Amino acid sequence: MHDWNVLLVDDEEEFVTTLAERLRLRGIAARMSTDGGEALRMMEVDPPQVVVLDVLMPGLSGLEVLKRIKADYPGVKVILLTGQGSTWDGIQGMRMGVFDYLMKPLNIDELIEKIREAVSSGVEK
Amino acid sequence: MSIKNWFKKVNLLHMPEEGAVHDRYSVLRRNMIILMILVTLIPLLLMAVVNYHQYRTALKGEIVNPLRILVNKTKHSFELFLAERLSAVSFIASAYSFDELADENTLNRIFRVMRREFRGFVDLGLIDSKGIQLSYVGPYDLKGKDYAEQSWFHEVQVRGGYISDVFMGYRKFPHIVIAVQHRTETGRTWILRATVDTEKFDDLIESMGLDASSDAFLLNKNGVFQTPSKFYGGVLEQFPLSLPPVSYDASVLEEHDSRGQDVFVSYAYFVHPAYILVVVKPKADVLKTWYTLKSELAILFIISAGIIILAVFKLTGALVGRIRESDEKREAVFREMQHTHKLSSIGRLAAGVAHEINNPMAIVNEKAGLMKDLIEYAADFPEKAKFLSLADAILQSVQRCRSITHRLLGFARRMEVQIEVLDVNDILQETLTFLQKEALYRNLDLRLNMAEDLPRITSDRGQLQQVFLNILNNAFAAVEDGGMVGIATWEKDPDTIAVAISDDGTGMSEETQKHIFEPFFTTKGGKGTGLGLPITYGIVKKLGGEIEVHSKEGKGTTMTVYLPKRPKESAGG
Repeated sequence: MHDWNVLLVDDEEEFVTTLAERLRLRGIAARMSTDGGEALRMMEVDPPQVVVLDVLMPGLSGLEVLKRIKADYPGVKVILLTGQGSTWDGIQGMRMGVFDYLMKPLNIDELIEKIREAVSSGVEK
Repeated sequence: MSIKNWFKKVNLLHMPEEGAVHDRYSVLRRNMIILMILVTLIPLLLMAVVNYHQYRTALKGEIVNPLRILVNKTKHSFELFLAERLSAVSFIASAYSFDELADENTLNRIFRVMRREFRGFVDLGLIDSKGIQLSYVGPYDLKGKDYAEQSWFHEVQVRGGYISDVFMGYRKFPHIVIAVQHRTETGRTWILRATVDTEKFDDLIESMGLDASSDAFLLNKNGVFQTPSKFYGGVLEQFPLSLPPVSYDASVLEEHDSRGQDVFVSYAYFVHPAYILVVVKPKADVLKTWYTLKSELAILFIISAGIIILAVFKLTGALVGRIRESDEKREAVFREMQHTHKLSSIGRLAAGVAHEINNPMAIVNEKAGLMKDLIEYAADFPEKAKFLSLADAILQSVQRCRSITHRLLGFARRMEVQIEVLDVNDILQETLTFLQKEALYRNLDLRLNMAEDLPRITSDRGQLQQVFLNILNNAFAAVEDGGMVGIATWEKDPDTIAVAISDDGTGMSEETQKHIFEPFFTTKGGKGTGLGLPITYGIVKKLGGEIEVHSKEGKGTTMTVYLPKRPKESAGG
């Protein structure tokens, strides 16, 4: 079991619940949220080490949430998920200080590797 | 209809939209030729016609006026000749008494003086009021001859003085009679009559100095020749043409004579006697200069028209060629714009589709992944291997979809340009590293012919890599194992470098070559997305370059990419 504190944020409930379960099967306790605002409120209670954040969400967008996280929780690492297959969102995110970005559909091992790197990195990228 | 409306109606510069391209330009060319020939030849023709008439009038004046002057002058000579002789006879009739004149010795003396002083007198006689010739001097024996019944006798009694028409009379040669009636204070009348031969008439006509083809003669008021004509008849014969209208000043007519010739007839009527002096000149001789000038004018017109027509043909050929070239360029640009627009529209559509598919695919991916996880983690799952294989198949299909949607999105976004100065040879080498294993495995013959001094260019590394990778992938796919793939680079011109990637593979048909840059066109069946070359094309255009394809079925393909050394103004927009 890992003691990593991971928060998954994606408006696709089916996706995020399944992903959380798969991570849990691999010993990663992942919380989840389908709404940006809710995710920020969850962070107020218990800031995670790593946030896996979808870019395109209704309401508060992934990049908006990212801005708030970077402002309020500079130590939290954010891995951006993009469904656009485009590097553009990734590059935007990188400029805004995300740890890394991944494109959907995900490779679970790749995601775990990124989480591992994020947790173990001492400093924010 | 105004000229403007006419042009609008005729619309010679209109090019039909319908019909084959060749026909449309032929029609335009034909119309332009007609228009230009009309515009240039009509003024030329008008000028030629005006010149023709001006020259003709001027020349006619030059020809006709001297003729008129000559006729007037000669007429005056005739009149003077006759007037002198009439005066002489009149003077003698006044100066001498009847008795003196009745005396043949005196008459003879007077006659001798007259002949000495005035040429042409043949005889002289005194005739009494009854018409009997009382005295006579001359070559004939005419004393006692009775003239009472002759018309001239009556006329001289009425007029007092008389000059006859030419007649043969008793003398059997052409002559005229000049007679003067004298009336004494006592009322006695008698007539002094002289005969004059008409040789002098011939001399006067001779002195006109006419050329051989011209003719001059005297007619009386009935059209009877008073002097012989060269062409129309002898003395006392009838003039074959109609008499000209009365004019005492010299006039000129244009006639068609009895010999079938067009002639100028110059004439003048005498006041007394009623003679008509006529000069006939053939037009052909008179207008020889004019005919020469007319021929020269015609030749000049034909040559000018020929030059104009030739120039018009050449000019319109060149002009229509330019228009056609310009139209073709415009159409090419338009086609390119359409192609770009098509790519861009398809790109936007593709981005939307890809995004919408990606999210459900992500769910499928996770669900199948979880399913696989659960099966793997379960200790005793029935038919575990089979279910794992099924889950893997789902995951593989998802991966396949992922690669398709990623390429679609890559095509859509065209990626952002990150400009830097770079060495294209290096980029090609880097790109080749992705493919070197495959080349080794398939025993491909990689032939590199890269210019060592290839200038560095300002462009985007990532996009160039994608371009070269796409083309190299196609080349690798086209060749058999052991086949050849070549890469060459060179400086095309001071602004451009070229990269050619060639293979000796299957090559492409002309039909295939037409479509290779169209999205979703593929020759690889299910293996290809049909987006590789459209993406490549889009990137190259975005970087301000060009891409050329030369291919022959069974021989291979060469794709040449031309890249600007510096980004063009429009590139990267």
